[in-house]
Amino acid sequence: MTTETQDATTPAAGPAAEAPAVQHPYIPLTDDDRAAMLATVGAASTADLFADIPAPHRLPALDLPDALSELELLQAMQALGANNRVATERACFLGAGAYRHFRPSIVEPLVMRGEFLTSYTPYQPEVSQGTLQTIFEFQSLVCALTGMDVANAGMYDGASALAEACLMACAVTGRRRIAVSDRVHPHWLDVVRGYARGRGIAVDALPHGEFTLTGEHACLAVAQPDFFGRVSADAGVWGEAAHAAGALFVVAADPVSLGLYRAPADYGADVVVAEGQALGVPLSYGGPYVGMFACRERFIRQMPGRIVGQTADLDGRRGYVLTLQTREQHIRRERATSNICTSQQLIALATAVHLAALGPRGLRRVAELCYEKAHYAAAALDALPGYAVERDEPFFHEFVVRTPRPPAEINRALMERGIIGGLDVSDLLRHRMLLCVTEMNTRAEIDALATALEELA
Amino acid sequence: MSTQILEKTLMELSHAGRVGVTLPESDVPRSAERPPAALLRDELPLPELSQLDVVRHFTRLSQLNWSIDTHMYPLGSCTMKLNPKVNDAIAATPAFAEAHPMQPAEDVQGALAVMHGLQRMLAEITGMDACSLAPLAGAQGELAAVLVIKAYLESIGEHRTTIVVPDSAHGTNPATASMAGFDVVAVKPQPDGDMDLDALRAALEEHGPTVAALMITLPSTLGLFDRNIVRIAEMVHAHGALMYGDGANLNAMLGQVKPGDLGFDAMHINLHKTFSQPHGGGGPGAGPIVVSARLAPFLPSPHVEQVDGRYALADPPHGIGRLGAFHGNFGVLLRAYAYIRSLGADGLRAISEAAVLNANYVQARLRGAYDLAHDRTCMHEVLFSGRRQKAHGAKTLDIAKRMIDYGYHPPTIYFPLVVDEALMIEPTESETKETLDAFCDAMLEIAREAETQPELLREAPHAAPLRRLDEATAARKPILRW
Repeated sequence: MTTETQDATTPAAGPAAEAPAVQHPYIPLTDDDRAAMLATVGAASTADLFADIPAPHRLPALDLPDALSELELLQAMQALGANNRVATERACFLGAGAYRHFRPSIVEPLVMRGEFLTSYTPYQPEVSQGTLQTIFEFQSLVCALTGMDVANAGMYDGASALAEACLMACAVTGRRRIAVSDRVHPHWLDVVRGYARGRGIAVDALPHGEFTLTGEHACLAVAQPDFFGRVSADAGVWGEAAHAAGALFVVAADPVSLGLYRAPADYGADVVVAEGQALGVPLSYGGPYVGMFACRERFIRQMPGRIVGQTADLDGRRGYVLTLQTREQHIRRERATSNICTSQQLIALATAVHLAALGPRGLRRVAELCYEKAHYAAAALDALPGYAVERDEPFFHEFVVRTPRPPAEINRALMERGIIGGLDVSDLLRHRMLLCVTEMNTRAEIDALATALEELA
Repeated sequence: MSTQILEKTLMELSHAGRVGVTLPESDVPRSAERPPAALLRDELPLPELSQLDVVRHFTRLSQLNWSIDTHMYPLGSCTMKLNPKVNDAIAATPAFAEAHPMQPAEDVQGALAVMHGLQRMLAEITGMDACSLAPLAGAQGELAAVLVIKAYLESIGEHRTTIVVPDSAHGTNPATASMAGFDVVAVKPQPDGDMDLDALRAALEEHGPTVAALMITLPSTLGLFDRNIVRIAEMVHAHGALMYGDGANLNAMLGQVKPGDLGFDAMHINLHKTFSQPHGGGGPGAGPIVVSARLAPFLPSPHVEQVDGRYALADPPHGIGRLGAFHGNFGVLLRAYAYIRSLGADGLRAISEAAVLNANYVQARLRGAYDLAHDRTCMHEVLFSGRRQKAHGAKTLDIAKRMIDYGYHPPTIYFPLVVDEALMIEPTESETKETLDAFCDAMLEIAREAETQPELLREAPHAAPLRRLDEATAARKPILRW
C-alpha cells in the first residue's frame, strides 16, 4: 500500500535543467515557445531571468516526492483515504460543532460550476454579478434566519466570527473586556482568547447562566444551543443583563436549530454569529466552513468583513457591488476594522443553494427530525442500566450521557461495531459523552447504538 | 427610473407552497417531551422555490461571472492559475469529505497523513523548520505568524511594539500588525524598486529596540526580487528583530530559492495562489505558516505529529492557541497536497520558470506602449503605470474596463499604492503563448485607442452583462438585503 511516509522519503532529483523532460499539463509552454519568448525578452535562458536572486542561494535542492501522473495521484489519494474510517458506511453520533446533515443533490453541482469556483473576489462588478448577487442573497438569508437587520458576506468559520463579534463589541463600546459563557464550544473560546490577546483585551469565561457583568465589559457572548446541546429559556434575561451593563449581547446560534427556535433578535441579540457548515457543507475534517455574522443596523460601519450592496449601472439596470469598503484593510490599512479579506464565498454559496432548496418548510422539517430523533435516542439511552442522560434542561439535537466506563473505551468498541460514537467530554465532565442525532440517523441506527451501549455497560 | 433586472433574487422568485427537495417522514415516535413554546419561532421568512427554479437561478447567476475556467484572468498578486479538477475530485471523495473533525486520531490516519505530509513539504519548499496548517486564510496566517513572533519575543523577555512595513505592502500587513497590537512604521522603496536601505536603517535606528519585525513581501509587490534581501535580513537581525515574509508571491520562487536560506524567520503561504486552490469568488483559501526552529514552540494549535508511525494532533508547548474551530481548511490543504504531489520538485521549478518567463514576455511586448514602473527583469508579475494613457484622457480604470470588451479580466489596478496609475499583470504559468500573444495584441490595441478614442475607454465596458455601477450611492445609502 502506498502511504505518504513511504512516498515522501523517495529521494528527489537534483536541480532541474531548463524544462522538465516530460511536458506537464499544468505548464503549456513547449521548447519552441520558450525559445521564441526568450528571443523577444532578450534573454539567453530562463535562468537569466532569476539573476536578481543571490547566486549562493539559487536552485536549492528540493527533497519532495517524485511527481505523480493523474492516475497515480488518484490511486495514492485513494490509498490514503482508505485509512479514514468515516460516516458513509457507519452510523455517526458525533457533532460538537460540525454536523452531518442531508445535502440535497443540487447543491454540489451548482456550487462547483467553474464560473463560481474559479472566479476571484468580485472587485470588477461588471463581470462578477453572479458572485455579487449570491452574496447579497446570502446576507439576506442570514438576516432571515437570525432576525437581524444586516449581515456580512461571511467569515472564516463560526469560531472566528464569534471572536470578531467580540472585538467589534469592544470597538463599539470603547471597552476592553469580554465576557463569554463557559458553555461556548471550548475551541471557540480558545479562538476568542487568541484574537483578544493580540489586542490586549481581557476575556472572562463566566459560569453559564451566572452572568455578572460590570461596566468594563464590552459584551456578553453566549451559545444557544450551548456546547452541551441545551437551549435555554433564560436567554432574554441574559440579554437584559448585558444591556443593563451597557454591553452588547452576542449570540452564537446553530443555523439548523433556527428552523424551529426563536430568532436571536427576538430575545435581544445585538450580534448573531453561526457556523454555516450545517447548511449543505460536507464535514471535510473541519473545513472549509463559513461563519455567519449578523448585527443591528447601527453597527454597519463597524462590521468586519465584506459587504455587498445593491445599486444600479449607468443604464439604470439593477446590480450589486462590494460596498462600505472604507472599513477594510485594502483601503484603511492599519485602521481597518479587521484584516480579513476573504468571505468563504463558495461555502456561503453552498448554504444559500441549500436554503433555497429546503425553503422554510424544509428547514423546519430538518430541525424537527433532529429534535425527534435526538429525543428518541436520549430516552432509549437513559433507560439503559449504567447510563444516565442529563435532561434537566431542554435540548435540541445534542445531549450529554453519563457512561459506566470511560467514553474513549466505549467509542473504540463502538467503532468495531460500525458506529462512530459521541464526543468524549471527560476532560470537562467525568465519564460523559456528548452525542448528536440528526435526520441522517435512522431509527435502526439509534436502536443499534442502544443495543451496543447496553452490551458495553 | 425603471429598474431592469438581469436575474431576480431568490425572494422575488419565491412562490408560497413550492419546495425544492423532499425530506423523509420521521421514523421515530413523537417525543412526549415538547420544546417550551416560548422558545419556538412562528415565522421563517425564507424563499420557496421549485427545484428547477433553484437550478436555473444559480446557473444563470454563474453565467454572469467571469472566471479562470472561462477567461484569462491576469490579476496581479492573485496568481489566477489553473485550478486542476482532479484536486476537486479528490476533495469530494467521501473518505475525506465525510471525515468528522472530532473523530479520534486513530480513525482519521489518512487525513492526518495528508496534513503531516503537507506540513513537511511546505517547510521544505520554503526552507523553514516547522509549519502550521491551522490558519484559515492568508490574512489569518499573517496574524498567526505575527502573534507567534510576539509570543517568542515575550518568552525571551523582549517587549517590542513596532513592526516595519514597506508602504508598497498589501493592506493586510499593516492591518494585521494593528490586530496583533503593534504600531506600524512604513518605509518607502528606492526608485529601482528595491527597499531603500538608508530608510530602513533610519527606521531601525529611530525605533531601535522596539522593532519586533520587518514584514516584507518577496518578490515585492512591485513584482521584483529585492537584490539586497540578504543585507536587509542582516540589518533586521542585528537589531534583534525578526524577518517576516508575506508569501503572496511565492509562485516566482518554487525551487529557485528558499526564503529560509535568505534569513526569513516566518512567512505565510497562500494555498489559493501558489498551490492552486480555486478562489471561489472570495474564499475559501488557506494560509499555512512556516517558521524557523526558534519559533516552532509557539505555533498555533493543532499541529500534526508523527509518533511511532502513527499521526496525532498535538498542541505546541507554548503555542498561541486556536485560530478556528478545528484543524484548518482541510479541503484546501488536501488540494494543495495533491497539487504538489502531481508536480514534484522538477515540476514546481518549472512552474516558477514559466510564470517568470510569461511575465517578462508580456513586459517585453508591452514595453513600448505602456510605461513600466521599473524597467528591469521582473519576476512573476509586471507592473505598468497608465500615466501616459491618463495624459490622453483614459485612466487606468478605463483601460481595465476596456479589457473586458476584449475578453480579458482586468489586472490588479491602483495597487501598489506607491505607483501612479498602477496596472499589475500576472499571467501565471498556466497560459499558452497563443493566449499571451492575443492578450498583448489587445493591450496594444487599447493603448492605441487611448490616444485616438479615449472616450471608448471611459465608457467601457460595452460588452459586459452590466455597464459601470454606481458605487457611491451603494455606500451612501446601503441596501444590503432584500
